[in-house]
Amino acid sequence: MIEDDHPVSLLEVRGLTKSFGSARALKGVDLDVRAGEVHCVLGQNGAGKSTLIKTLSGAHQPDEGEIRWNGEQVTIENPVAALELGIATMYQELDVVDGLSIAENIYLGHELARGGVLSRREAAKRTRELMKRLGHPDLSPGREVGSLSPANQQIVSMARALSHDIKLMIMDEPSAVLDSEEVGNLFRVVEELTSQGIAVIYISHRLEEIERIGDRITVLKDGASQASNLPVEGTPTRELISLMTGTDIEHAFPERGEVSADAPVVLEVTDLALGKHFQDVSLSVRAGEIVGLAGLVGSGRSEILETVYGHRKATNGTVTVDGKRLRPGHVTDAVDAGVGLSPEERKSQGLLLEEPIYRNATLATFTRFAKGPLLDEAAERKATEEQMKALELRPAEPNRITRTLSGGNQQKIMLARWLIHGTRVLLLDEPTRGVDVGARMEIYRLIRNLADAGTAILIVSSEIEEVLGLADRIHVIADGRFLAERPATEIDEHGVLDLVMKGSAA
Amino acid sequence: MSEQDTTAKAGDIAPEPDAAAPAASAPAASPLRRFFSSPAGRSIGLVIALGLLLVIGTVTAGDNFASIDNMLVILRLASVIGVVAIGVTFVITAGGIDLSVGSVLGLSSVVASLGAIQTASSGFWPLMVFVALAVGIVAGLTNGLIIAYGKVVAFMATLAMLVAARGLAELISQRQTQVVNNQGFLDFFRGDLLGISWVVWIFGLVAIGGWFLLNRTTFGRRTVAIGGNATAARLAGVNVKRHTMYLYMLAGACAGIAGTMMLSRTTAGTSTHGLLYELDAIAAVVVGGTLLVGGRGTIGGTVLGVLLFATLTNVFTQNNLSSSVQLVAKGIIIVVAVMLQQRFANREATTST
Repeated sequence: MIEDDHPVSLLEVRGLTKSFGSARALKGVDLDVRAGEVHCVLGQNGAGKSTLIKTLSGAHQPDEGEIRWNGEQVTIENPVAALELGIATMYQELDVVDGLSIAENIYLGHELARGGVLSRREAAKRTRELMKRLGHPDLSPGREVGSLSPANQQIVSMARALSHDIKLMIMDEPSAVLDSEEVGNLFRVVEELTSQGIAVIYISHRLEEIERIGDRITVLKDGASQASNLPVEGTPTRELISLMTGTDIEHAFPERGEVSADAPVVLEVTDLALGKHFQDVSLSVRAGEIVGLAGLVGSGRSEILETVYGHRKATNGTVTVDGKRLRPGHVTDAVDAGVGLSPEERKSQGLLLEEPIYRNATLATFTRFAKGPLLDEAAERKATEEQMKALELRPAEPNRITRTLSGGNQQKIMLARWLIHGTRVLLLDEPTRGVDVGARMEIYRLIRNLADAGTAILIVSSEIEEVLGLADRIHVIADGRFLAERPATEIDEHGVLDLVMKGSAA
Repeated sequence: MSEQDTTAKAGDIAPEPDAAAPAASAPAASPLRRFFSSPAGRSIGLVIALGLLLVIGTVTAGDNFASIDNMLVILRLASVIGVVAIGVTFVITAGGIDLSVGSVLGLSSVVASLGAIQTASSGFWPLMVFVALAVGIVAGLTNGLIIAYGKVVAFMATLAMLVAARGLAELISQRQTQVVNNQGFLDFFRGDLLGISWVVWIFGLVAIGGWFLLNRTTFGRRTVAIGGNATAARLAGVNVKRHTMYLYMLAGACAGIAGTMMLSRTTAGTSTHGLLYELDAIAAVVVGGTLLVGGRGTIGGTVLGVLLFATLTNVFTQNNLSSSVQLVAKGIIIVVAVMLQQRFANREATTST
């Protein structure tokens, strides 16, 4: 706990506003951060978290409001000025250079050199010290960063921040790329930082993480601080959700419908294998059923989905849809048979970000709207607008550029694409990654509605709770092997983890 | 429309360095910025630059420059490279590159003017056109197969074709100039319609056809989708490999057409035709506003880009300036045009929260 007798806050933000053209991203944000605390900033997508971070790290200039650092008013003109003050930022997208070594990454931009010649030994020595400080003495300074796991790349990113003399570290959704074990290590690092008196601004969608490591919370909504400096202990989750969304949320997951025993099996996967990624995967999904794959990062979940879809070419086994066999490695076969995939990485695998919404929504179907080779964009727009209304995606402007949408709305566009296509089988990989709490519930409801309408759904998520809450039946996987199949109501998160631990030990 | 007067202002402001100052007057700058990142706005800078060049030409060279005849000369000059550039626009829009178009142009001019082919087409001159077209398509198909199915990066695959096609043209022609003596062919291309040379009409038709193909057909949509995000296109069921192959065939076909136009203009086929045309075409395409990384393409911009360079050449020639000076000017124009475009494109991108 933090004592309340700190004379001045390390960072004090008052009445910060920022507009982009006519869009007001921030309309009065207050924030107090004390030395050595973990201050969580919560808010839905579009609440202004990113803009706030960028303002504090010098990437944006505020229109109004003041920033006080150790009690003195400052202007942060650029990211270098922020670093000089002692503010380092770790962005959501990992900002490391794959081809360089760990030491080279850490001292990128402020290389240790004498007369223009790099002091490699000195850099290696200091890197080893930093790595020890971060609890990773096993990472040697000369290793190429591209060969590291995302979690370790994040450690490098953190070490880079620490190589400057910093007092405040801003972390933007650091756990998004990590699995639960790695999150544990991240938390140890955060504790390490705070024990050295460094303050941390921690941004995350995951409320349970905030409960574990946060000291105080500031909630943003629509660009303004809805509540500032709430103590984590003594603020119930329910209150936080209602502050973020403005509504009370009773049930996160929609009720399951009954899958009748005679519903036809739509998707049938037999003995599917992909090299060393996974083997002997067999599963079936009935019309109207949601089947989940539960397992940790690296268990082969996404690879299974992508292989079923033909994005990766199976080395063994068959996939049939409605009794018709799909050729391995042919996405077009899958799409023609009525299979749709909403991929893990929406931005890099799913969307044309610079194109209007309707062109994304009809990417799988524009040839169907077309008259011969001629596009019918009016019909595409109309179909998109209908889906946007049905998905409660407001404003329903099919001509908007897709990049400008929030994560939740981009996910809805992916769903809209396959709704327009009229899929029989929908493969969902991380359907709520980067989607805020409010929009999540909507997406859960949409997925359930799709199943009720007879779509066979196969879902993968790194949040085991999500798979359990949404699916009718789950398969537990570890190291590319199916361990067990259970009705989702008969197993909980601990049960899944138990199976995974036992499975990999055996 | 209010955009009308912002256009005029934009022309005055754009080259000024004060555009680099932070957008303190955000409300005033924002509609201007929005206009500049619209498709019409991106081209307006080119139209202004072209207008400026026309004014400079008229002032410095007077009636020699500002005559209908000279304008037609400029258009004829632009036509061959223009047709090549239309094909290249498609490839670049899809995120690829084709360095071989100049060599393929030369090769198709050589094959189409072979003695045997000319004899065979003595009764039916369009055969020469078909042969040139076929050579272009086959070369493009080879590029496409190597890139799409052989998984060789486009830059290297087409660089190889650049070298090989030029060599093949030399082998076939034995480094001789092959004079065209097919009278039907020459008569047709020397003729005109409404006082405008057929060469210019072909450029116009290819440009209109290209615009239609890119903006109004499923082929164009696939092209833009692959350039914007090839993985997303593939996962949505687009056959990316096959389409990539078609794109290089299209670029090859355009080079073949340009080869015929070259034959008619010079009345001879040689292996040196189209030397460095690939670079001129790429420059015109990118200056026109097509993104080199793919995902956005504009045929109108390409046409303007080609006209800009052709006019520049003409202004220099009319003023008896050396072609070396002209090359320097061309280099400067390329850099300035691309910098201006990036400025507006980036500003738009950074405003998202």
